[in-house]
Amino acid sequence: MKVLVAIKRVIDYNVRVRVREDHSDVDLTHAKMAMNPFCEIALEEAIRLKEQGIASEVIVVSIGDKAVQEQLRTAMALGADRAIHVSAEGRIDSFAAAKTLAAVVEREAPRLVLLGKQSIDSDSSQTGPMLAALVGMAQATFASSIKIDGDTLSVTREIDAGLETLAMSLPAVVTADLRLNEPRYARLPAIMKAKKRPIEALDAAELGVDVTPRQELVKVELPAERQAGVRVHSVDELIDRLRNEAKVIP
Amino acid sequence: MSEARTLVVAEQIDGRLSAAVARVVAAAAGIGAPIDLLVVGSQASQAAQQAARLEGVAAVICVEDSAFDHLLAENTAALIQSLAGPYSHLLSASTTGGRSLMPRVAALLGVGQVSDIIAVESPDTFVRPIYAGSVVATVRSLDDRKVVTVRPTAFEPVGEQDGVDVANAASTGDQRLARFVSEQLAEGERPELGGARVIVSGGRGLGSAENFRLIEALADRLDAAVGASRAAVDAGYVPNDLQVGQTGRMVAPELYIAAGISGAVQHLAGMKDSKVIVAINSDEEAPIFQVADYGLVADLFEALPELERKL
Repeated sequence: MKVLVAIKRVIDYNVRVRVREDHSDVDLTHAKMAMNPFCEIALEEAIRLKEQGIASEVIVVSIGDKAVQEQLRTAMALGADRAIHVSAEGRIDSFAAAKTLAAVVEREAPRLVLLGKQSIDSDSSQTGPMLAALVGMAQATFASSIKIDGDTLSVTREIDAGLETLAMSLPAVVTADLRLNEPRYARLPAIMKAKKRPIEALDAAELGVDVTPRQELVKVELPAERQAGVRVHSVDELIDRLRNEAKVIP
Repeated sequence: MSEARTLVVAEQIDGRLSAAVARVVAAAAGIGAPIDLLVVGSQASQAAQQAARLEGVAAVICVEDSAFDHLLAENTAALIQSLAGPYSHLLSASTTGGRSLMPRVAALLGVGQVSDIIAVESPDTFVRPIYAGSVVATVRSLDDRKVVTVRPTAFEPVGEQDGVDVANAASTGDQRLARFVSEQLAEGERPELGGARVIVSGGRGLGSAENFRLIEALADRLDAAVGASRAAVDAGYVPNDLQVGQTGRMVAPELYIAAGISGAVQHLAGMKDSKVIVAINSDEEAPIFQVADYGLVADLFEALPELERKL
């Protein structure tokens, strides 16, 4: 069974984001970039499915400029069999990504498509369900556990009220939540080997996909800062201030 | 679609309308177009009566069919696609249900989607947090139809009105792509995290699941919901549905008490819009103190029981 994993290059989650002086966008020049953490989890799940003999091939795909090849090589060092780079310039929004991935799904015909539940830059959480709609597949978002039995996929999802289990036939689209697994680290020899591996090059325009963003970024700003608070010195003082100053307890 | 008209997709469980719906209607009111509400699933007609009394709602559409229970995305998106004709705007809450459903709806309609808005600037321009809430973006949708999810805590719920008409619409049935198997809901007498006035949250500093009872005892004293940091969830102290943060729930209660939580940016993303934040931590350098209105540097195991006793 072929498994396709979509990965995204984003700012490292430890980096503090800066806003450009003209407020036109965030400033990513010189920022440390990395694979989106939820994509790492999706990839890890695919590699585990391969180790269990369920997946026969793990293909990773990423959309963007040449820089995304770095994350594709990381993915191969972690265990992906091959990589596809769909080149596209500029900001790629979720709908553009979903349409591009739909074209790749049609070429590759995977039985399972794995994505992260959201990317930590746009925080949109859209690409997985959009892709599922475009290719007419079932979807399971926010997966914390995946079981595959023949042609049936059973997914436990993290929902607001607890956990929910869905069943669906393959092919299907699944988005990974934080607790699906703990991703492994790439080993140095594998990283060296992955540097020499070829990456298949596709182009969004050649695939017939229009990646023009559907949303215009009007401005970005830092959120209103909270006013500096006070240190209280005892539980009694805390209760007094909550009761008489903030008036949030009776 | 000749004029602007908004469809709000309401969530309901066992005939009870989700508390988030009145907040999504408030966001919809900001668009300035007539608002219809869609209520689906088993016992939808019961929830539809409740929906009809939400202030500002023009009409309620009800589709009572178990195919839409749990807002199963494949079935519900197909239904919404069939009903989308007259609507310029389609809104739902950015709950796990809405976040699964609405992107599927948008793709079926051939448009993009705007996620988790916290303000409506105009019928096509919305404000939403990005980068775990460390940046706020104003975005203009260029699509003719706007599919939007709304962060409920960013809007005050609308009031009540005399009930409007409820109309039944045809079901598009079961698409037979996926089916619900089971659910495991966190049981509890306490208020629900999303709607709680007070939240007491614990982190790694609690040290064990047993010690988390200190948090629960204080929460019960304050009639508060219990929350947790990712560290506390990963350590197995509490189930994951209590997690507050970028990857968990977004909350904005009147009072948020963070005990034993260092205050990583991913946690702050989920609670920094709370009205009053209290931090109790033994590490005076913990970043949580930078957002706390009242900070107490103290040993949790002494401060929490004392607080509970004296309240």
